[in-house]
Amino acid sequence: MGQKILFEKIHIPGIKTYDVYRENGGYASVEKALKMNPDDITEEVKTSGLRGRGGAGFPVGLKWSFIDKKSGNPRHLVCNADESEPGTFKDRYLMEYIPHLLIEGMITSSFALGANLSYIYIRGEYMWVFKTLERAIKEAYAAGWLGKNIKGSGYDLDLHVHCGGGAYICGEETALIESLEGKRGNPRIKPPFPAVKGLWQNPTVVNNVESIATVPWIILNSGEDYSKIGLGRSTGTKLFSVSGHVKKPGVYEIEMGMTVDEFMNSDEYCGGMIDDRPLKGLIPGGSSVPILPKHLIFKTANGEDRLMTYESLSDGGFATGSSLGSGGFIVYNDTACIVRNTWNFSRFYHHESCGQCSPCREGTGWMEKILWRIENGQGTEEDIDLLWSIQAKIEGNTICPLGDAAAWPVAAAIRHFRDEFEYHVRFPEKIKNRDHFVNEPFEKVKHLLQNTTV
Amino acid sequence: MKVTIDGIEIEVEPGTTVLQAARMIGGDVVPPAMCYYSKLKDTGGNCRACLVEVSKGSEADPRPMPKMMPSCKTGVMDGMEVKVKTSERALDARKAVTEFLLINHPLDCPVCDQAGECDLQNLSFKHGLEKTRFKEEKRTFEPENIGDKIQLHMNRCILCYRCVHTAEQVCGSRNHGVLNRGDHAQISTYVSAAIDHEMSGNMIDVCPVGALTDKTFRFKSRVWFNKPFDAHRNCDKCCGKTTLWMFGNEIQRVTARKDEFHEVEEFICNECRFDHKEVSDWVIEGPRKFEKWSVINQSNYTRKMDKVVIDTEKQILEGRDQDRKKISMKEVPYKTSEK
Repeated sequence: MGQKILFEKIHIPGIKTYDVYRENGGYASVEKALKMNPDDITEEVKTSGLRGRGGAGFPVGLKWSFIDKKSGNPRHLVCNADESEPGTFKDRYLMEYIPHLLIEGMITSSFALGANLSYIYIRGEYMWVFKTLERAIKEAYAAGWLGKNIKGSGYDLDLHVHCGGGAYICGEETALIESLEGKRGNPRIKPPFPAVKGLWQNPTVVNNVESIATVPWIILNSGEDYSKIGLGRSTGTKLFSVSGHVKKPGVYEIEMGMTVDEFMNSDEYCGGMIDDRPLKGLIPGGSSVPILPKHLIFKTANGEDRLMTYESLSDGGFATGSSLGSGGFIVYNDTACIVRNTWNFSRFYHHESCGQCSPCREGTGWMEKILWRIENGQGTEEDIDLLWSIQAKIEGNTICPLGDAAAWPVAAAIRHFRDEFEYHVRFPEKIKNRDHFVNEPFEKVKHLLQNTTV
Repeated sequence: MKVTIDGIEIEVEPGTTVLQAARMIGGDVVPPAMCYYSKLKDTGGNCRACLVEVSKGSEADPRPMPKMMPSCKTGVMDGMEVKVKTSERALDARKAVTEFLLINHPLDCPVCDQAGECDLQNLSFKHGLEKTRFKEEKRTFEPENIGDKIQLHMNRCILCYRCVHTAEQVCGSRNHGVLNRGDHAQISTYVSAAIDHEMSGNMIDVCPVGALTDKTFRFKSRVWFNKPFDAHRNCDKCCGKTTLWMFGNEIQRVTARKDEFHEVEEFICNECRFDHKEVSDWVIEGPRKFEKWSVINQSNYTRKMDKVVIDTEKQILEGRDQDRKKISMKEVPYKTSEK
């Protein structure tokens, strides 16, 4: 049984309410933090080695230390709860079942940064979670944890929840800030980084829900203790949102460093495949990270065990590895059609592109159209190469990482499952049957490809 | 501050961007800019046509930048080394951007009023593919009336955001903007025919493509059939310095004066632009010069043009003969004697 940090108290009945949360030791970290020096808190988080849980994995303490404290402008902390990555739902679970943990983390973190006005930016589709948070904040205000002069320490903090309009791009930190300011959610061009000029041109830190919710534990114990959990530079625990063809999908908290094999097949976690159909692929970190084919899931390219850490999952670069991303763990068995799946992701990125910079605006739509053609049996051999060329042209040429996120799944699908694309191109009459991949999984018809010549 | 662009060293003020430094050098090293406009604040960074490779960050931090940088938004650092035309990556990225901009562009240059002074035409002439790889149907928008002075062709728009910034900074208020997102993002007014401001005509000048054109000039003439003249008049709203586009003795169009980067020198008001089409309204200074490769110089009647003689008729027919045999009408004999 691994150590639980975020889910330690989540199963206590009534933990959603302030009274139960407080009885179970809630807000103790705020009491402790208010007596500390804010810079010491940042130092503590730095020692913990906590890395941002939103996807990029940038060390949280380092991010905090970049904030411009000299300018004298008011500072802000913004919690990024705009969790829209397909396959990721850990933040929602956390906010829905233990909202006070996030609020406690927000108070502690805001105190460390010297922010007197903080925001939680939540996506528009999480309306009920928005209401849960609003209620929790009201309770926190009533108990004196928010507002003027918190518990006599002389520190003021106002916390607001802001509901987004439902755009994936607003999960990008600068687009989130624009949206929070009431503008169109277009990412800004960096530099300047938010730590210097963020919300209303003030120094701002944007952190993921999970990162902020981890801070109370680090304060109550110590950064040293936190860094002992986990493996190497991937310290602490991580939430994984498991979906797909496994017995027990859901949100799991694990200590980093567990093997992928154990996580997927032990009864405590995913519990193995849903039925006796074999495993085909795995997306370990949400839709924007590359898919891993069967032979690269449990072992890396050089034969080591693949572990649930930032380093091990990205071992081998994108050629033979993937990325931990935001922890959206999607498992596919052999009845999944990779082409259809890639098309679906592409459709998502096409729909969610903000339209600000040209490679992403035009490229995502183009990729979707080509994938749609291939998926419907109207593709040609050249289309596969064309897709490859388009994704290479989008990647790295855009303002924000959405272009990269749209390009990577397509690149990985072609890299590892090219034969399946070829099958779609060469046997249009077979794939025109809408559920061809259920009746005839690709493994069964793979031999047909050998008989064809181009 | 010293910055080296394609091996050419130049001394610039701190706060200059790479693009501005390249423009100071001039010539081939200037990256194309589809969205950046030096006369407007906050423009740039959207089109990605000006991507350059920074091979040395600065004297203090000599690491190269891993990503391609938009030169219009990247400030120079002391000792920075930038590759524009010497970098294969930068040229590839520029070609990619050109292709992306063109896939949904209607390519209706033959009927577009902007043809001849269009930045996208120049860009695709230099960096475009000769064939399209885009098989699908192009994206289109419903036609929309945004006012009685300006014609909006949303299909041609490349979303450079220049007109949005113009409305904000030159007009002071804007009632048009970008609606929707992704490739369905469009320039639009929420209420139709709403653009009505005395400086709104400048949006026509800043538009790099034919998305915003002059309604009073619509379909009147190709720009290279007009003779451009610098002229001025006393105007209490603007500087009054304009370029008149004449056809014979008729003023067909009035625009602001544009420099070699196709940016206006000074913004002009709608009264000068739309309401004064009589020669007597203006004091004409002299012919306007354009860069030597510009198609507008076609109107320069003083240049001696050789008579074009076509004597390839024979080869053309031969080619046709071969083609007929090769492709469609194999069975049909070309000459009766061939039977």
